Amino acid sequence: MSETLSRGQQLEGFLKRVPIVQTLGMRCDIKGDDMTTVLPFQDKLIGNFTIKALHGGAIGTFLEMTAMAQLFLVSDVERPARTINITVDYLRQGKAEDLYGRARVIKLGRRMASVTAEAWQSERDKPVAALNGHFLLNRSGEQNS
Amino acid sequence: MDESTSSLDKRIELMRQHMDGMTQVVPWARETGFKVTRVERGQVWGVQPFAEHLVGDVDAQVIHGGAITTLLDNLSGMACAASLEEFRFVATLDLRIDYMRPADSGRDIIGEAECYHVTKSVAFTRAWAYHESRDKVIATAQGAFAINKPRPKASLGVPE
Repeated sequence: MSETLSRGQQLEGFLKRVPIVQTLGMRCDIKGDDMTTVLPFQDKLIGNFTIKALHGGAIGTFLEMTAMAQLFLVSDVERPARTINITVDYLRQGKAEDLYGRARVIKLGRRMASVTAEAWQSERDKPVAALNGHFLLNRSGEQNS
Repeated sequence: MDESTSSLDKRIELMRQHMDGMTQVVPWARETGFKVTRVERGQVWGVQPFAEHLVGDVDAQVIHGGAITTLLDNLSGMACAASLEEFRFVATLDLRIDYMRPADSGRDIIGEAECYHVTKSVAFTRAWAYHESRDKVIATAQGAFAINKPRPKASLGVPE
């Protein structure tokens, strides 16, 4: 069963079933515990079309999903974590191009985790947005021996 | 009533007349399907109807927090527009969202945003998401928006 699947395979299988991930058109590239998420550009992601900028809500959703996915990848919980809070800094205008994301779990506790994530486009050193978030690990189904 | 006040009042009246249009011109808002329902000076209300394509928790069938980010970000920006004496474009600098409780499956989410302070270059906002009232809130948000300098019309593709 799930024991035979790697954490990355479990994550990929999970993301395929999440409607908001499909609505965004978000993908992820997983190598072991390392992951880059991709948000291929689509017109529907635009927030302001006079300047063809991505919607802050779409960027925020993508970053929150990226953080949750990375947390799932490096933890051993059965179910995805629940968001306690997030802060998104909007650093540059998101252009009408693909957006990439990476997250890092700063602290993985028993009940809570702290995660940061960053999104960028053509240049890795010029992030479009950055997220800081706290998540509640979903261990309700766990059975301790 | 001085002229700048009436210019804001006119804009608020215009926003009220075009509540549907304000989200229709935003592709991502069209995708999530939220609507603006009320505009007052410095305050904007909206509703995010439950929608299966926005679900983030498959087991509980609950809308993903990202849809609340979208709703509260957009309403907060509109609250800035409903409080600035002169029309300016605003851009989100940062937005913090705290989740108090999960949304119920199948229910609409009401959003409420207010712009509570404006400086020369920054507008500060608070927002709430709930089913019934602010007494039982799903999420709260706190934002800061950069107030852009007026753009030359030509840069927007509008002839002078």
